[in-house]
Amino acid sequence: MTPLLVRGLDAAPGIVAVTVVTMATLVIGTWGLRFSRTTSDFFVASRTVRPRLNASAIGGEYLSAASFLGVAGLVLTFGADMLWYPVGWTAGYLVLLVLVAAPLRRSGAYTLPDFAEARLGSRGVRAVCSVLVVAIGWLYLLPQFQGAGLTLRSAIGAPAWVGPVIVGLVVLANVTSGGMRSITFVQAFQYWLKLTALLVPAAVLLVVWAGDHGPVGDRPDVDWSMPLATGGGQGLYVTYSLIVATFLGTMGLPHVVVRFYTNPDGRAARRTTLVVLALLGIFYLLPPVYGALGRVYAPELAASGRSDALVLELPRLMLDGLPGELLTGLVTAGAFAAFLSTSSGLGIAVAGVLSQDVTGREYGGRRLRGITAFRVGAVVAVLVPALAALASPELGVARAVGLAFAVAASTFCPLLLLGIWWRGLTDAGAIAGLLAGGLGSGFAVAWALFAGETSGWPGVLLDQPAAWSVPLAFVAMVVASLLTRDRIPAHTGRFMVRLHTPEALELDRGPDRSSLGSDR
Amino acid sequence: MCAMTRPWRRAHLGTEADRATFRALHSASLAAPALREGLTPHSAERSIRHLHALLGSPALALTDIEGLLAWDGTGQHHQDQAPALARATVERGSTRMFDRGDLACEEPGCPVRTAIVSTLVVDERIVGTLQVFAPYPTAGLARAADEVAQWVSGQLELAELDASRNRAMEAEVRALRAQISPHFIYNSLGAIASFVRTDPDRARDLLLEFADFTRYSFRRHGEYTTLAEELRSVERYLLLEQARFGDRLRVTLRIAPEVLPVAVPFLCIQPLVENAVRHGLEAAEGVGHIRIVASDRGQECVIEVEDDGIGEDPERVRRALAGDAALDSVGLGNVDGRLRAAFGDEFGLVVETAPGAGTKVTVRVPKFAPGVHVGPG
Repeated sequence: MTPLLVRGLDAAPGIVAVTVVTMATLVIGTWGLRFSRTTSDFFVASRTVRPRLNASAIGGEYLSAASFLGVAGLVLTFGADMLWYPVGWTAGYLVLLVLVAAPLRRSGAYTLPDFAEARLGSRGVRAVCSVLVVAIGWLYLLPQFQGAGLTLRSAIGAPAWVGPVIVGLVVLANVTSGGMRSITFVQAFQYWLKLTALLVPAAVLLVVWAGDHGPVGDRPDVDWSMPLATGGGQGLYVTYSLIVATFLGTMGLPHVVVRFYTNPDGRAARRTTLVVLALLGIFYLLPPVYGALGRVYAPELAASGRSDALVLELPRLMLDGLPGELLTGLVTAGAFAAFLSTSSGLGIAVAGVLSQDVTGREYGGRRLRGITAFRVGAVVAVLVPALAALASPELGVARAVGLAFAVAASTFCPLLLLGIWWRGLTDAGAIAGLLAGGLGSGFAVAWALFAGETSGWPGVLLDQPAAWSVPLAFVAMVVASLLTRDRIPAHTGRFMVRLHTPEALELDRGPDRSSLGSDR
Repeated sequence: MCAMTRPWRRAHLGTEADRATFRALHSASLAAPALREGLTPHSAERSIRHLHALLGSPALALTDIEGLLAWDGTGQHHQDQAPALARATVERGSTRMFDRGDLACEEPGCPVRTAIVSTLVVDERIVGTLQVFAPYPTAGLARAADEVAQWVSGQLELAELDASRNRAMEAEVRALRAQISPHFIYNSLGAIASFVRTDPDRARDLLLEFADFTRYSFRRHGEYTTLAEELRSVERYLLLEQARFGDRLRVTLRIAPEVLPVAVPFLCIQPLVENAVRHGLEAAEGVGHIRIVASDRGQECVIEVEDDGIGEDPERVRRALAGDAALDSVGLGNVDGRLRAAFGDEFGLVVETAPGAGTKVTVRVPKFAPGVHVGPG
């Protein structure tokens, strides 16, 4: 056999898996699930999305390349302190559940800029929020595309640029086809696909490991199993900063927030969040298993800096022949589903904001109509991060996503928490806080993307900005609001009542049209 | 076209007099939006700065017929005197001049020595006053005060017009609620009666549907409802119609569950379905097909109601939507008007039809619009 043929046989399951997932996504995205009904089962047709289904859909959209590939690689390389990533990504929903979910749903907002406009009645805050949504979306899309390149390289030996191009094209086709892009059912299916794609190989590999009489590899050194990052005070800071970013960043992710709109009321929003917590909790048990097994069977991956490929390589390293190939195919399919679903969700969210606030605007007397504006927005939304993924150095999937979380936590978290729980917020205060948090964390991101490594405390502070940029944003927002007390919107009291009273309660919520309506 | 014949260039703004005109027009355009809300403390507060810039006097006040609404400029200690000036002017009914005898002041060098008070008139009724304070009276200032007062009155009349248009719209909704066609009631009850002996269970179910349908339609409060509620009412309506027409009425539905929580104006889909049933069935023999589709388009949701009935002349539909011609379509113009009022002009109804080719009505609703939310009830 020639080496080429070996490669070809090797690549077969990966190619099949990627093709199947890609085709399925395209077909479903283009034609949708066209259920037609007659009146006899109208009740089924007009039933709102149940919390369990919606929660699966949120899970499907939320579990990205960072969760699927990144966590296992991080645990392999750095050890137990990296478990704060999955813990934080799950616990973010706890904060969301307790403080944000129900009031956000009751506000009637579809996107984060919508919420800002409804709460503060200001187009200026809306514009700042739109810019931030696009920035966070792109920052989150970038590692998805890079992860796709990595997956294809590792599964079928394709050059690194193939992944971003394929995922970019599929997402673009999906988003612009204008069909039922965000079908809850499809996204829910994606969650279960990803769970299966990690669970089944993990179970098999654990059996293999037990069959080998449970080797533990090199004796785990103390640093690897410590829940804090190494480096004394700096390590402590890094860990706390990571916790702040992930716990508080989830609520500011554009593609998560839009899914809450599907809930019929605030109560359903809470129930959905609760189920999401459970689903994510189950899922995040699995990547550490791969990390631990990788320490036994694939320590060379960490040494060669390819730890993100651990999940994809491990089945082949532990099992020879067909079983290993099949499991590789399954894992590859799951990873590809992770890129496609998260990128589609983000692409739609970013394209929506762009079409509303940029491409749908009037320029020189000409104005693009609804669908066209959305398509142009989608092209921009996907093209920019895809090109950036090709041009910029690889950051590590989980780390880049971590930076997106840090920006979200430094901007939308203060806006949502103060907007929902504090009457005193003003538009000027909101803008001050958004700018302070956005510029602070944005500077850190730019540093990470372009300037590269810095050592010592400055390096640590720029590497994990959340622990200083989130308090900075809160302080800026509160102080600026207190200084501009006369700008508190007139409808604040009424809006707060609407946010915090269950819909079923009979209550005078004031006139239907708030003072905002007559401004237009 | 107008973009090509723009009369000005950025580099050259005309003579000093031209620029003064532009400044005045700009101040007026800044004051206008607030005044279009009517004369309230809030609107007075927001507009007075711009009116003050227009007149350039030391101080300016806006009052209603008995109390101060807003004050801009120096001489704040004269605020208490504004209501008295307003009352005196309203009594006389036309512009009045007050001098230092009326404006007691102990502060030396206070520029508020004279007041020119003009009335604000809406529909021949005095609603307030505009008070201009200056060190000494001039004919020019008096003239300017009168002109500004007249302009403000004009804006307030437009506000009144807006308000009455909204009231008319609300009245139309109330009419629409009461407008369940008597034929529909007779026919439904007749159909139910025919089942009483043969199929009592079905008759009972239909009666309950009928009760629920009327309860929803006569609902008193709330300008908006969710699409889910509206579709539920459509469903009841169709069940009752199917009891009457049996297999002659075929309905296909494709509803994306994601859009069910969207807020829509109350009774904005049901009249469209009623039209579809009437056009699709009552005028033609044979089976009528109706298709209702609600789909998710990201930031907005699209609802289509389609029938394969007799259709309509497009020109007539256009005139009906413009409010020029009466159409036998129940409330098409009303639904169109309320959608535009709630979401803006780009969200009007789109009707595709031709004689003999059926009718398709498309409604686009944004998932979020400021000021639009589902009320209780």
